[in-house]
Amino acid sequence: MTDRLAAPAGLLIDRNKPVAFSFEGRDFTGFEGDTIASALTANSIRALSRSFKFHRPRGVLTMAGQDGNTLVHAGDSPDVLADRVRITPGLQVRALNTLGGLDRDLLGGLDRLARFLPAGFYYKAFFRPRPAWALWEPVLRRIAGLGRVGAPVSDTGCDKQYLHADVAVIGGGPAGLAAAAQAARAGAEVVLVDENPVLGGALTYRREASSDKAARAVEAADNVTVMTDTLCNGWFSDNWLALIRDRRMYKLRAKAVVVATGAIEQPAIFRNNDLPGIMLGGAAQRLIRHYGVRPGRRAVVLTANSEGYGVALDLGEAGVEVACVVDLREPAPDHEWAEAVHRRGIPVLAQAAVWAAESDRNRMRGVRAARVARITGRGTCGADVDRFACDLITMSCGYMPAAALACQAGARMVHDTEQPIYRVENLPDRMFLAGAVAGVYGSEAVVEDGRVAGHAAAADAGFRRRGRKPARRHEPESTGLCHPWPMFRHPKGKEFVDFDEDLQIKDIVGAVGEGYDHVELVKRFSTATMGPSQGRLSTLATVRIIAEATGADVAAVGVTTSRPPVIAESFAHLAGQRFEPVRLTPMHDRHRQAGAKMMVAGAWMRPAYYESETYESETQISAEARNVRDTVGLIDVSTLGGLEVRGPDAAEFLERMYTFAYAKQPVGRARYVLMCDRTGVIVDDGVACRLAEDWFYVTATSGGVDGVYRQMLWHNAQWRLGVDVTNVTAAYAGINIAGPKAREVLAPVCEDVDLAAAAFPYMGVREGRVGGFPARLLRVGFVGELGYEIHVPAPCGEALWDRLVEAGRGQGLRPFGVEAQRLLRLEKGHIIVGQDTDGLSHPIEADMAWAISRKKPYFVGGRAIAIRETKGLSRKLVGFEITDPAAPVPEECHLILRDSEITGRVTSVARSPVLGKVIGLAYVAPDQAEPGSVITIKVADGRRVPARVVEPPFYDPDGARQDM
Amino acid sequence: MKQMTCPLNGPRNISEFAYGGPVVAEPDPAACTDGEWTDSLFMDDNPAGRVREWWCHLPTATWFIAERDTVTDEILKTYPAAP
Repeated sequence: MTDRLAAPAGLLIDRNKPVAFSFEGRDFTGFEGDTIASALTANSIRALSRSFKFHRPRGVLTMAGQDGNTLVHAGDSPDVLADRVRITPGLQVRALNTLGGLDRDLLGGLDRLARFLPAGFYYKAFFRPRPAWALWEPVLRRIAGLGRVGAPVSDTGCDKQYLHADVAVIGGGPAGLAAAAQAARAGAEVVLVDENPVLGGALTYRREASSDKAARAVEAADNVTVMTDTLCNGWFSDNWLALIRDRRMYKLRAKAVVVATGAIEQPAIFRNNDLPGIMLGGAAQRLIRHYGVRPGRRAVVLTANSEGYGVALDLGEAGVEVACVVDLREPAPDHEWAEAVHRRGIPVLAQAAVWAAESDRNRMRGVRAARVARITGRGTCGADVDRFACDLITMSCGYMPAAALACQAGARMVHDTEQPIYRVENLPDRMFLAGAVAGVYGSEAVVEDGRVAGHAAAADAGFRRRGRKPARRHEPESTGLCHPWPMFRHPKGKEFVDFDEDLQIKDIVGAVGEGYDHVELVKRFSTATMGPSQGRLSTLATVRIIAEATGADVAAVGVTTSRPPVIAESFAHLAGQRFEPVRLTPMHDRHRQAGAKMMVAGAWMRPAYYESETYESETQISAEARNVRDTVGLIDVSTLGGLEVRGPDAAEFLERMYTFAYAKQPVGRARYVLMCDRTGVIVDDGVACRLAEDWFYVTATSGGVDGVYRQMLWHNAQWRLGVDVTNVTAAYAGINIAGPKAREVLAPVCEDVDLAAAAFPYMGVREGRVGGFPARLLRVGFVGELGYEIHVPAPCGEALWDRLVEAGRGQGLRPFGVEAQRLLRLEKGHIIVGQDTDGLSHPIEADMAWAISRKKPYFVGGRAIAIRETKGLSRKLVGFEITDPAAPVPEECHLILRDSEITGRVTSVARSPVLGKVIGLAYVAPDQAEPGSVITIKVADGRRVPARVVEPPFYDPDGARQDM
Repeated sequence: MKQMTCPLNGPRNISEFAYGGPVVAEPDPAACTDGEWTDSLFMDDNPAGRVREWWCHLPTATWFIAERDTVTDEILKTYPAAP
C-alpha cells in the first residue's frame, strides 16, 4: 500500500484490520472499510476497468458511486461500483469490458477505430444488406453488455421491510442533519437516510469541515432513526420511498420528505479527459479524508471555483506535488484558500484550461501530462501550450443538483442563466429541498436552509405547534461555483461527454446534425445519459452542446426525464423472498398422515389422491372413485365457499344475483345456484340452502367465493335490499360422505337427524349434531351417489373427520381426493366453472338453460343472456365418448376439428373405470351438438381420434343412485 | 405507491383496492333497447377530468365511491354510497 497516508486521514478505514483480496488475479491488501477502488488506489493501481464501447482504460472518477467508470465484477456480482462496494476477505475482483484481461484486452484497439464508430453507427452499419444483422448479432451480443451473470444463481437472501415516518430526510449532509434535527424537535418521527457509512456528507471530506457536532445531535435524538449505508433509489406516489441497505429493500411511507441529496460535481470536457488519474476534486478529497489514500504523486488542479484551491491545499498536505492550478476564470481569487495557494508558491494559471491530457505509453498508468492553454473564448483555447507532467488531474468546475428523487416526483430542472446553475422547481406537495440540491451553498446558509425545510416538513406531517420557526440570516453563496462552459473541443476529438457510452462532443453535435434536435431525441439516438450513471455526469454538458448546435438557449433545451432507479439495482432486491401463502383446511394433518399427495387448488392445498404403495397414481384415483360407487368415500370439502345471506329480502336478493328461482324455495331445501356477470357469462355455481324464511346458506366454488362475495356487496350497495351477506368460508369445515353405504356409516354418529330417505330426501337440508358437533347436513350429490355434505365449525373439522373414519371402519370407507371427485362428477356430467366454462361461456351454450328462471323480471346477466339468445349459438358444450379402447386418450384443450377447421375444444376428459370408456365434455359447433354426431379430436401427437356426441350424464342418467 | 382513503379503514395502499367501474345507473331493462343495454355494459365515457367511480377495499370488501381526476391522477374524495 505505497500510496496510503498516515492517520488521522482515513475516516472510514480500520488500519488494524488488513483485508486481502484479489484484482485481475493479483493479490492485494487493503483495510477494513476500504472500497475496492480506494484499496486499489492505495496500491497505486490506476485503471480499474474498461469502457463500454472503445474499451478505454478507466479509473476513479467520483469516488461516490455516481459514475459507471469503475463497474467491476466482484465475487458473484456482475456489476458492482468499485467506489461503493467494500472489500471483504478473499473477494475476487475483475475488470469489465475486457477480452483477455484488463491490461491485455484484445479489443483495446477499438479505440483507434473510434472515427468509424460514431454514435448511432449500429443503426446503419449492421442492417445492410438486411440479412447481415443475423450474422452480426451474436458478435455484438458478445462484445456488448456489462458483466456476465453467473449460473446457477443462488438464493440471494434478499428480503423486504416496511417502514413509516412522519418526515423522511434523504441525505445526511449538513442540510439533511439540520432538517432532521429541526423536524425531530417539532415532535415528528424522522427517518434519516444516507448512502455513506457515516453521516455528514460533504462535511466528512471537504477542507476545513467537521460533521461531528451536527451528526451527534441527530444520533442522540430519540425520534430520529438513522439509516446509513442506505440508498434511496426511487420516489413513488404519495412519498413511498424505495430504500436499499445490504440485502434488504425497505419501503418507507413518509408523510413528508426532505430531499437533501446535495449536488454532483461535474467533469470538465477536454481531450482524453477520461484517462485514469483524472478525477473530480471531490473524489481526490474523498480518497484522502475517507480512506487515507494519496490520489497521485504530481497533480494539475483544474478549477473554476474556490473549492479547487481547497483541493490544491489538501493535495499538498497529503504529499502530492501540485504542479499548478489552472483556473478557467478571469482571475478573481480573493478567497483565503487562493491566497494560501499563492503563499505556498504553487503556480496559478488564470483564464486557462487543460486543453488535452496525454496518456502514458503504458495505458494502465493513465495520465502522464496535462497540456494547458489560454482560453480565447467560450470553449476555445489559443495555441500557447504549456505541458505539465502529472499523474493526477483534478476537476472542480461546477455542480448539478442531485435532484433525481425530486424529478421522479414531478419537479422540473430549470436553468438559471445568471449563476449559471440548474434549479429545481415545481415541487410536489409534502416534498422539500434543502442545501445544495436547492442551489444553496455556504456552510451557514445550508444549515439554515435545512432547518427551514425540516420545520416545514414537520408542519406538513402535522407537527405545527412546537418549535420556533427557523430564520435565514445568511445569504446563500452560489455565485461563481459553476463555470458556464468548461468544455473544449479538440480537432482530434476524444473529449468525452458521456463516459458510460464513450460519447464525444462530435457525437452529440452529430446527433443534432442527423435531425435529432430535441434533448430527448438526442438521448435516444446517441444513448447520451442512458448508461449506468444515468446522466448524472453528462446531462449538463450534453444540454450545453445541444444548445450550441441548435442555436438555442441552454434554458430552452431542458433536461431528460428522470426515472427510478437512481442507481442500478439488482433483481434480487426487487424480488425479495418468495412469498406464496397457501390455505390449509382443518383436516390437513389427517390427509398428510393418510399419505395424501397434495395439490395446489387456488389458494388452498388439497389432497389430489391418497398414495398407496400398491398402486400407481392413476389406478389409485380409479380405485378411490370406484370405492365411492361401490361402498362409501369421504372427501374434505372445507375449501368450498360459504356465504350467509340473511334478512327480510334474502330471497329477493338471491333472485337477483342468481339465474334460478328462490322466492318459493321451501325452508329445509337446497337449490342449485348459477351466477352470471352483467354480460351473461357464467362466473360461479353452488347451492343455496334455505335455513329459514329470511336465511340462506349459499355455497360457492373454492376459487370463486371471494369474487362472488365482492359482487354481492357491490350490487347491494346499489340495490339497498334488506339483507346482510357474510363470507363464512373459513368458519366452516366440510366433509362429503358419499356412496351407497353413506347412510349406514353416518347414522350411528348422527344423533338427532332422521336420515331415512322419506324424512331427509335428496336436496334436503337439516341442522343437527354429527359426532357431537353442531352441523348442517346437505343432501347434495356432486359425485352422483347417496351422499351428505356435513358442515361444522372449522375447529371441529379434524375431530369430525376422525369420528367418520372410525364409524366407517370395517365398512369399506376410505378417503378420496380431488382427482377422483373430478372423475366422478364428470361421469355425472356436472360442469366445473372455469374448466368447462371460459370468459365467454353463457348458460345457453353451456347447455344449462334449465337453470334459468324465465318468470322473474330481473337477474344479473339476464338481459345479456336474452340478447345473446337472439344472435344464435356459436358453440355448444356437449358430452362425448370414445369407445375404442385402443384409441389415444385426448387431453383438456385438445382441438375439435372439422376437416381443417377448428370448431371447439375438449374441456374435461377421463377414462371412466365404471363405464369402461373414455368420456368427456367439449365445445363443438352447434350443428355437431346433436347426440350421435361424430366429432374428430386432434390429440397431442397430431393423430385424429373420432368421438361420439352423447347426452350427459354418462352415469346413472335418471339419478336413481343419489336419490336412494 | 399511491394511497387511497377508504371511508371505513382510512388511508391504505392502492394495492389493497380494486376498481369497480364508473358510477352509472343501469338502464331500465324493460324499457331500453338491446343496443342501449349493450352500450351500458361495454361503453364507458372515459372523460378527461373529474370522474365518479366504484372502488373496493379488498381485505374488508368495502365498496365506496371515489372522485378522481383522470388528468392529474388525484383522488379528490372518497365516501360511502348513499345509505
